[in-house]
Amino acid sequence: MDCSHVFDFKVNRLTVVFALFLAFFFVTPVLYAQEDTSNVTATAHAEPEAEKKFNLGKFALHHIADSHSWHVIGDTYIGLPVMLYTNTGLVVFNSNDFHHDDEAKLVVEKGGQRFVKLHEKIYYASEAANEHGQYVEVDENHHSLNKRPLDFSITKNVCTLFISVLVILAVFLKVANGYKVRKGLSPKGLQSWMEPIILFVRDDIAKPNLGHKYERFMPYLLTVFFFIWFNNMLGLIPFLPGGANLTGNIAVTVVLASITLILILVNGNKYYWKHIFAPDVPWWLYIVLVPVEIIGIFTKPIALAIRLFANITAGHILVLALIGLIFVFNSVYVSFVSVPFALFIGAIELLVAFIQAFIFTILSALFIGMAIEEHH
Amino acid sequence: MELLVPEIGLVVFQTIAFLLLMFILAKFAWKPVLAAIKEREQTIDEALNKAELAKQEMVRLAAQNEESMKEARAERDLILKEAKNLKDTIVNEARVQAQTEGAKLIEKAKIEIENQKKAALAELKNQVSSLSLDIAERVLRSQLADQAKQQDLVAALLKDVELN
Repeated sequence: MDCSHVFDFKVNRLTVVFALFLAFFFVTPVLYAQEDTSNVTATAHAEPEAEKKFNLGKFALHHIADSHSWHVIGDTYIGLPVMLYTNTGLVVFNSNDFHHDDEAKLVVEKGGQRFVKLHEKIYYASEAANEHGQYVEVDENHHSLNKRPLDFSITKNVCTLFISVLVILAVFLKVANGYKVRKGLSPKGLQSWMEPIILFVRDDIAKPNLGHKYERFMPYLLTVFFFIWFNNMLGLIPFLPGGANLTGNIAVTVVLASITLILILVNGNKYYWKHIFAPDVPWWLYIVLVPVEIIGIFTKPIALAIRLFANITAGHILVLALIGLIFVFNSVYVSFVSVPFALFIGAIELLVAFIQAFIFTILSALFIGMAIEEHH
Repeated sequence: MELLVPEIGLVVFQTIAFLLLMFILAKFAWKPVLAAIKEREQTIDEALNKAELAKQEMVRLAAQNEESMKEARAERDLILKEAKNLKDTIVNEARVQAQTEGAKLIEKAKIEIENQKKAALAELKNQVSSLSLDIAERVLRSQLADQAKQQDLVAALLKDVELN
């Protein structure tokens, strides 16, 4: 009965993994609890009961949003450089100067300017604090009415962007080197790990959609595929150097989709433009059809951007919400349900990471292919 | 809604970083990698084609071998048959010759025997005639010693003459 041994072994391993997870969540709430009690003793009278309640929506949105400092663990933060292009020029300082204030209560004076940080966005500070002690004017939705300098800070997402670019460069330059060293031989190591995926992009994404002209678009398709995939995976790592929600950030997806749009517009042939501005329909239908086709040019990349952003963000929110349930119910026992669920969602997210990279790439190839298609 | 508003900083950094990544990878990774993969695929295709050709050549050669083997076998059979025929004719000829030779010899022997027989008979006749003449002489001598007897004899001889 060999099989039973294997089964036992797997069960043991699973048990260990679960035990570790549970142990982790047993310990963390205890820490939180201690912190809470100390806070409570200090500010028990000052703060109303409602303020202390765990806000799941805020918690999740805070974690998927960009940040000016990188939270490592506990009270340890990595201060990232803040670079602002203000009315009077470039101002650079360390984000730790805000001392983790995110409620615009602490004013930083640099380069003759005064700045505050509210919900990870930097504003020009008001002259005086409002009734909540915030140096910003806020509307009824707690959104600031103050002006913002152009923010070119190296945020957590920008940092992750650079890390992922370096990782991708390291991986693929090593792969390329493998082809040089082992010229004409079968692939080995990292090379043999990446080659099937490169071939997958070439044979299943580029060739069927782009036809014989596929080679021109291979650099973009391969880069965008691996960029999205690597960053999706990095985003699933809950601690350094992962943890940022880069591909779930609309700025990133909008840039990627814009490049696809530019490729479509630059490479679109006369049939593509004819299809938009002079389709083969009676002339009076042009009034309806031409505007629809023009909108169609832009809806394709917008859909690309929104799809990637929404899928990755949704995955992160799901995991955060499941973990957050523990704090909502303020009970360790919820972790017995929410941790396996989060683990399950995490496993699905691994699949989604690949699938979304695949979908973005294949749709880009499809849209470009439609624009360069020859009609006979 | 805040999530749906792109931040200018990240847009700029993303554009720069991504384009830089794409150009570096295109030049130093994708180009050599795709070229190497293509080259390897062509090599494999060529090798497969060559193997296929070699296989066909093998089949052709085997068929050729088989053919020549068959031919050789047929030729051998033919040669053997011819040899056998030749042998048969030689043997037959020899037999016939031997027979005729023997017949001739026998004929010769017969003639010789006949001749010998004739010679022997002739000699015997001579001997018998001379012997009978001798006997006859002696009888005549004894007979003719007496007159009477001579008369009788003459009578008897005459009688025989008449009978003949």
